[in-house]
Amino acid sequence: MKHARIRYQGEVHNVAVEDNNAVRLADGTLLAEDQVEWLAPATGSMFALGLNYADHAAELAFKAPTEPLVFIKAPNTYTGHRQITWRPDNVAYMHYECELVAVIGKTARNVKREDALEYVAGYTVCNDYAIRDYLENYYRPNLRVKNRDCTTPVGPYIIDRSQIADPQNLTLRTWINGELRQEGSTKDMIFDIPFLIEYLSSFMTLQPGDMIATGTPEGLADVVPGDEVVVEVEGVGRLVNTIVSEADFFAVKNAAVAK
Amino acid sequence: MRRAMIEVDGKVLEATVDDKGQALVNGQAVKPDAWKAPFSGTVFGIALNYQGLLDSKIAEFNQDPYKTPPKTPVLYIKTPNTVVGHEGNIVFPAGVDAIQAGPALGVVIGKRASRVSEAEAMEYVGGYTAVNEVTLPEVSFYRPAVKAKCRDTFCPVGPVVVDAADIADPHALEIKLLVNGEVRQQNSTANFVRSIPELISFLSQFMTFEPGDLIITGVPEGRVDIAVGDKVEVEIAGVGRLSNTVVAE
Repeated sequence: MKHARIRYQGEVHNVAVEDNNAVRLADGTLLAEDQVEWLAPATGSMFALGLNYADHAAELAFKAPTEPLVFIKAPNTYTGHRQITWRPDNVAYMHYECELVAVIGKTARNVKREDALEYVAGYTVCNDYAIRDYLENYYRPNLRVKNRDCTTPVGPYIIDRSQIADPQNLTLRTWINGELRQEGSTKDMIFDIPFLIEYLSSFMTLQPGDMIATGTPEGLADVVPGDEVVVEVEGVGRLVNTIVSEADFFAVKNAAVAK
Repeated sequence: MRRAMIEVDGKVLEATVDDKGQALVNGQAVKPDAWKAPFSGTVFGIALNYQGLLDSKIAEFNQDPYKTPPKTPVLYIKTPNTVVGHEGNIVFPAGVDAIQAGPALGVVIGKRASRVSEAEAMEYVGGYTAVNEVTLPEVSFYRPAVKAKCRDTFCPVGPVVVDAADIADPHALEIKLLVNGEVRQQNSTANFVRSIPELISFLSQFMTFEPGDLIITGVPEGRVDIAVGDKVEVEIAGVGRLSNTVVAE
């Protein structure tokens, strides 16, 4: 099963996702992918991994970490499938990051790695955009780089854990305007999902709806207004996003608030 | 007005609190079974926002590897598992050597704030509360402090939110930490590096605050270790006194 959150005619619905991303409302209504506004499929905290692929760490000229480099993202940065993300004016480098996300299904504290996947409800995809220009060394990566309005597309949906035989052997791909720009495999994660659940739950309680964004492989590139950016995790989902300018983003946002 | 969230007979109720500290629901005095944290949103923290603390670190920040003090507010997020109410327990984690209290003024957002100017920022403040920003001692400010700051119960908040209109000047409040009744830290919000409107304006340029979000405006220099059995209180003039007890995991 695939589960999503959408907005339709002003109401938020939890829906089942069928073929071609058609969504089924609780009352049985079937709506096409482009008839609904897709929201992030979970609303908990996001635990995002920096430098969790050795090739990406090398790309950024870092040594691979010996302990997970985790940072937190809050719900105000999430957006859904087929939404817009803004590139700020006057920045030199905004890049995508295609990531597999594990969504927590039940309260997890002091979980051992051999039991860890039982705490996963399912998987989704995120695009953990970063604005490199704003990188500072304090609590790096800082919120101005990573916790921006609508700058973390998540979705389109959560696919049940039972449908992914091996989350550590999935191909990740990113396309800009149809051109393949990033490709890697979740088998190359430095810290795999069971390890990350054991690690995080060893010092804090993970809640249902929390998400672990497991990092991105090498192959980053700049994106500019007008670009369509697609991140895909094999068997999990394909998440589409369009980059707009700062002015266009806030014009759309302010119009929505005024409505 | 002083507003609280209280638990009575398993239900969470909105209450007001009178001058004697008595909780009232619909005008009737009620004895809370527990005090819940009096806000509902995301917790954003500001590190290094007391001038004395920042000054004490400047020499270190000017050394290798980065040789540059922070240029913009240093921000972090405390996850929902950290939040606990007045009179709740702070859990001292097993296997940890030391934890520290952190008296801080909390700003509760009153209405959605996106791209607000400094001049208008205070209109977006709903009220103020007391926060104890509990942490493991921080040895480095260079990586996100998740392991230090996101442990269960490491963010006591309350007991009340005082309406913004009732605080004449939030930048002139005495703030104290008491451990077992003894004052261990004392400072003033006059010593902020960045004021509340500067912070709201800066953050709202790139992200949107929702009503109920909480900003921890900073912890003064002189962090104090706390131990199992300690009664730890954060007292902010005109805002309230937040009391919690440290228990072993």
